[in-house]
Amino acid sequence: MPSEFPIPLPALPLPDAVPLSWYLILSAILFSLGVAGFLFRRNIITVFMSIELMLNAVNLSFVAFAYQLKSVDGHIFSFFVMVIAAAEAAVGLAIILTVFRNKQTLEIDEVSSLRL
Amino acid sequence: MHQLWLIPALPLAGFLVNGIFGRKLGKPAINAVAIGSVLLSFLWVVKTLFALGPLETTYTESYFTWIQSGIVNVGFDFAVDRLTAVMLLVVTGIGLLIHIYAIGYMSHEGGYYRFFAYLNLFMFFMLILVLAANFLLLFVGWEGVGLCSYLLIGFYFLKKSAGDAGKKAFVVNRIGDFGFSLAIFLTLVTFGTLDFVELTGKMAGMSPETSAGVITGICLLLLVGATGKSAQVPLYVWLPDAMEGPTPVSALIHAATMVTAGVYMVARAAPMFNLAPVALDVVAFIGLLTAVLAATIGLAQNDIKKVFAYSTVSQLGYMFLALGVGAYSAGIFHVMTHAFFKALLFLGAGSVIHALEGEQDLRNMGGLRGKIPVTFMVLVCAAVAIAGVPPFSGFKSKDEILLAVHAHSPWMFWVGVVTAGMTAFYVFRAIFLCFFGNYRGKAHPHESPLVMTLPLGVLALLSLGGGYIDVPHYLAPLFGQPNVVHDMTLVAISVGAGLAGIFLAWLFYVAKPQLPEALAKALSGPYKLIYNKYYVDEAYDALIVHPLRDGSRSVLWRGVDVGLIDGMVNGAGTLARSIGAGLRTMQSGYIRRYAAWVVVGSIAVVAAATFLGGVR
Repeated sequence: MPSEFPIPLPALPLPDAVPLSWYLILSAILFSLGVAGFLFRRNIITVFMSIELMLNAVNLSFVAFAYQLKSVDGHIFSFFVMVIAAAEAAVGLAIILTVFRNKQTLEIDEVSSLRL
Repeated sequence: MHQLWLIPALPLAGFLVNGIFGRKLGKPAINAVAIGSVLLSFLWVVKTLFALGPLETTYTESYFTWIQSGIVNVGFDFAVDRLTAVMLLVVTGIGLLIHIYAIGYMSHEGGYYRFFAYLNLFMFFMLILVLAANFLLLFVGWEGVGLCSYLLIGFYFLKKSAGDAGKKAFVVNRIGDFGFSLAIFLTLVTFGTLDFVELTGKMAGMSPETSAGVITGICLLLLVGATGKSAQVPLYVWLPDAMEGPTPVSALIHAATMVTAGVYMVARAAPMFNLAPVALDVVAFIGLLTAVLAATIGLAQNDIKKVFAYSTVSQLGYMFLALGVGAYSAGIFHVMTHAFFKALLFLGAGSVIHALEGEQDLRNMGGLRGKIPVTFMVLVCAAVAIAGVPPFSGFKSKDEILLAVHAHSPWMFWVGVVTAGMTAFYVFRAIFLCFFGNYRGKAHPHESPLVMTLPLGVLALLSLGGGYIDVPHYLAPLFGQPNVVHDMTLVAISVGAGLAGIFLAWLFYVAKPQLPEALAKALSGPYKLIYNKYYVDEAYDALIVHPLRDGSRSVLWRGVDVGLIDGMVNGAGTLARSIGAGLRTMQSGYIRRYAAWVVVGSIAVVAAATFLGGVR
């Protein structure tokens, strides 16, 4: 990762642009919703979707920072995150299908055979 | 080079052959190896001494540097001077005779090869002890003979009393050896060398005033070592018990050679002792005390070997008395004559025991004069020698000691004379009880074979005539000519005491056999006291052994071991397990709980970074 941070910022002519903090606040709200969904929902599919929500919240902050800093690093990161999220969705859904076939349930607390 | 190393190496070879292959060898082969190695060693000693001639200075052979570290530089060196020459001849000569005797004595015993292997090992270590040119090598021999003594006392290890006696000897000797090793360390720190010749050179330039305290300390610590090995008060208690071993062992190790190692060591350290008059006084006092104490105990013992054992302790006391008054050559002279007559006494006693098939109690003997005449005659020879009847060997050496003692302090002389009378009494008491009167036993006595009586005969000749070997004169260059006036009155007094002892023994045990019983009844208090050996063993048990054992059990075992050490180890285990039990609740197996922990953890990291200022 090229370490050009901090770089001398040119004065940006964007007087009416949305400030960075708003993006970050939105990202934090989305992330918290994802965490809450992950912790409190019992359906595996919902939990899975919560994970996607958290990932996208992080993507949002990456892109916001990248725009603010005029650097493409954040964009590249968010592409990587999307690729991995896609792969994860494929594997995760396959696992969920197998779990459902074996247990006939999508209740997450039923899937606890690793417990002592 | 005179190849001194061959002298101890030959018995070592005998030990290795008999110890490793003895189980498969026949008795003749074992005999040949055991006797042959000692015989060759003896011949080599004789040859070497002839080749070395008058030995006016110490002859040293250095083989290799043994320890080299800082100021410590100890060589593996052997040295021969006149003192060593006397000891070499005594050790190998008497050792050879006793080896030959043991062929007959041990012929019906189990563990035949083991016995001779140990005996050869003992010869090896004893010769190392005598030949050593420095204190550390002497200590090697010193410990080695202690080991052999332990092995041979416990030779009949199936008998509990024999095993206990072996352990007792070992433990008591440890106390003395502790003192000896401290003395060695102190010598090394003070003088930077352990070599006898170098030490003598350093002492020669010193007046008694310089560093008297350190030298006195060294000498007293050496004395502690000597009291252990040479069975002096207060560490003599192991020697009487050591009679559990086979009789040839009692003769060789616990009478003739090993127990005189302490005397030899003190004589070897004579240049130091001469600078420490206080230590010399302590030596003399301990010697006198031991001589009297052991002689009185010997008066009332009924086991023939116990009588001679206490006699050994008493005679060793005499030797220490001689050392203590500065008459080193007289002490070594008595070492030699004592080796002759005490070895003979023990071997004769062994012959009696052999004849009576294991009977050792004097009360079950009697009237054996006609049945085992050779044994009787040699025992009488030994008895007149130890009783100090002129002109036999004991008279010569005891006389030398008593005259030197008189020149030092007269009261010690008188105590010594009384002890000499007691010595004569108890030895002749044993002779009369054993050979006169009527036979009171059950076994059928038979005379011992030639292989046993032959060494007895040689030893008898030495006991009678050994006094004419002029050891004091021979040793004079080492220790100085003793300035003793041969006052005929004093000689007559000491001889008179011996003869009176013999007469009393005759009166008590031959002429009027009912007298001892009456006397014992009349003086029942003192009689009980000496019959029970002054309750010294009981006192040691009560004062040292029991407190030590109970203390170990309740404090060291239950307290320190179980409480502290086990507690620490178990505590570490319990701590780890309880931490694990606490942490295990986190691993519930529910994915959502894991996720909750992840959240908690990341919040904790962010909080820590924020408040502690890790990230700006």
